[in-house]
Amino acid sequence: MSVVLLVEGLSVHFRTTLGVVKAVDGLSFAIGEGETVAIVGESGSGKSTVALAALRLIPDPPGKVAGGRILFDGQDILTLPDAAIRAVRGRRIAMIFQDPMMALNPVYTVGRQIGEVLRLHLGLSKREVMAEVVELLRLVGVPAPEDRARQYPHNLSGGMRQRVMIAMALACRPKLLIADEPTTALDVTVQAQVLDLIQSLKDKLGMAVLLITHDLGIVAETAHRVIVMYAGRKVEEGSVARIFKDPRHPYTQGLLEAAKWEETEGALLREIPGVVPSPFDMPKGCSFAPRCFAALPRCQQEAPALQEIAPQRPVACFVAQGMRT
Amino acid sequence: MTGTPAETVLEAIDLVKHYPVKQGLFAPARHVHALDGVSLDLKRGETLAVVGESGCGKSTLAKCLMRLEEPTRGRVVLMGRDITRADKRTLRALRRQMQIVFQDPYASLNPRWSIGAIVGDPIRLHEPLDRPARRRKVAELLETVGLGPQFMDRHPHELSGGQRQRVAIARALAVNPSIIVCDEPVSALDVSIQAQVINLLKRLQRTLGIAYLFISHDLALVQHISDRIAVMYLGEIVELADTRAIRATVLHPYSQALFSAAPVADPEAAARKTRIILAGDVPSPVDPPRGCRFHTRCPYRKDVCAAEAPALRALAGRLVRCHFAGEPGFPPAPTAPAAAVGAGKEAP
Repeated sequence: MSVVLLVEGLSVHFRTTLGVVKAVDGLSFAIGEGETVAIVGESGSGKSTVALAALRLIPDPPGKVAGGRILFDGQDILTLPDAAIRAVRGRRIAMIFQDPMMALNPVYTVGRQIGEVLRLHLGLSKREVMAEVVELLRLVGVPAPEDRARQYPHNLSGGMRQRVMIAMALACRPKLLIADEPTTALDVTVQAQVLDLIQSLKDKLGMAVLLITHDLGIVAETAHRVIVMYAGRKVEEGSVARIFKDPRHPYTQGLLEAAKWEETEGALLREIPGVVPSPFDMPKGCSFAPRCFAALPRCQQEAPALQEIAPQRPVACFVAQGMRT
Repeated sequence: MTGTPAETVLEAIDLVKHYPVKQGLFAPARHVHALDGVSLDLKRGETLAVVGESGCGKSTLAKCLMRLEEPTRGRVVLMGRDITRADKRTLRALRRQMQIVFQDPYASLNPRWSIGAIVGDPIRLHEPLDRPARRRKVAELLETVGLGPQFMDRHPHELSGGQRQRVAIARALAVNPSIIVCDEPVSALDVSIQAQVINLLKRLQRTLGIAYLFISHDLALVQHISDRIAVMYLGEIVELADTRAIRATVLHPYSQALFSAAPVADPEAAARKTRIILAGDVPSPVDPPRGCRFHTRCPYRKDVCAAEAPALRALAGRLVRCHFAGEPGFPPAPTAPAAAVGAGKEAP
């Protein structure tokens, strides 16, 4: 399996009046062809920053990629000339966002917005563009695509708008689709439609998907591999089957316990106490230690590095790595 | 007022809420049918969940019950008293019995007030306590919701989302209500914080015997927290049953699709599960479909569904609004397995 996206030691910092926030701190991972990798984490974990960095969309200032490489098809996204990055963005790496109303231009018809991608990247003629737009809308399951193409975003429901976004993202048959909370703004039954659609298009077009989400249910149902992030760092990685069956990092364990609503009918849930630490006041040792039920004295002093505790199972936790003190 | 465990504290009888929509000057008057004949009752100390997708009327129901909106028709009965037409003064007194916790703790707390003032305000309105006594009570309330008195002089912006929601709960508790309406109380919070707030709500219910009307779109969550579940679609209740019964089986095709669509945080269960993908979107509530409101998306519709609106009828200890519910083998078990990729196998 060839690697589509390789992220190595990525660090993204934001300069603020209160100090520097390390939004992403030394993150490495890879996505293979046709693979779906999910990054899960809570707000402030840095998961969305990763998505933006992969398209070199970190607003600078205040943001800055402080280190690392992002190789897409062997090319370093971070050092590509501007003209070259524009050829990658939207054409070979596409992105869909959480809120389709924010990402669509309200004063253009959806047909024109999808068509713009085709015109810019593929240089199609007007007639070819229109035919392709209708074809794309049909592909993402929009009924009456000829009529819909002439409508404006406000004429469409949330689910339809998200389909338009996906149509736009898929217009150039990208190799990698980055989906940042693609269904968070949608209702359950529409969410099922959209996830189903991404899944079937992925199979049809053979693209890789980087899925950013906080919803473990969606991860369980759509991803192959999971990266768990906490406070800007990867704390655990593994296949979906292994992570859900045998989580090793106490944070992952807590997240999974807290999501098992159905199984704990009536009883209290096991909760993770406390809150995510402030980025300006990070604990000295492991950033999860203040909330961790298993924390050792050592965890307060020293941040654990990622270590493979089993093949393909890096975990950043002294306890999971077998330390006793 | 009897003290039996099944005492009804809040009742909606045939509630209707239509909002007028303005179109052209000469266009005929049209209405959004937000609620169309919703009846339910809430027992002391129980949790009744109302689930459904956006536009199904669940939040309008909460607002009508709280009398934050005037229902177009129907009645609201609180502790045996009809409050549908109660005037402002009476309402104010009645609000002691019934409090609400909103979804967004960033919008529901006044940013210029200290936490102490926010939580103390309902006490000031409803109880003749002097300042020191009020402050003591606020400190106690903050303790109850797990915050501690040191939060009293802070302001909302200094608090995280979970802490703010605890403040909102403390404010609701301040007047010892019998009922708290929780409108999506945790959906704006992170997963690890959701569990904290849900546990808090459950502990409070156990010790104080409060009844919750729990509005939510999170189906996994409502199965965890509620005793009974009402499923709404386009302003109507389509199924109402004990949570146990719902977990065992659902009788309405919409409930079936809704529960099958909810993602399960377990790859193996996800692989076994069969997801029903409904076609299309929820129809506009301005012009709800004739006949059964769900017939435009129902995978099992027949001719009668478009012609005749089914009544909400009692069936095997539950209420269900479908012509065919209760017939053997209905709704049929979905056949095609859900397309779960990561389930039960290693990455390619």
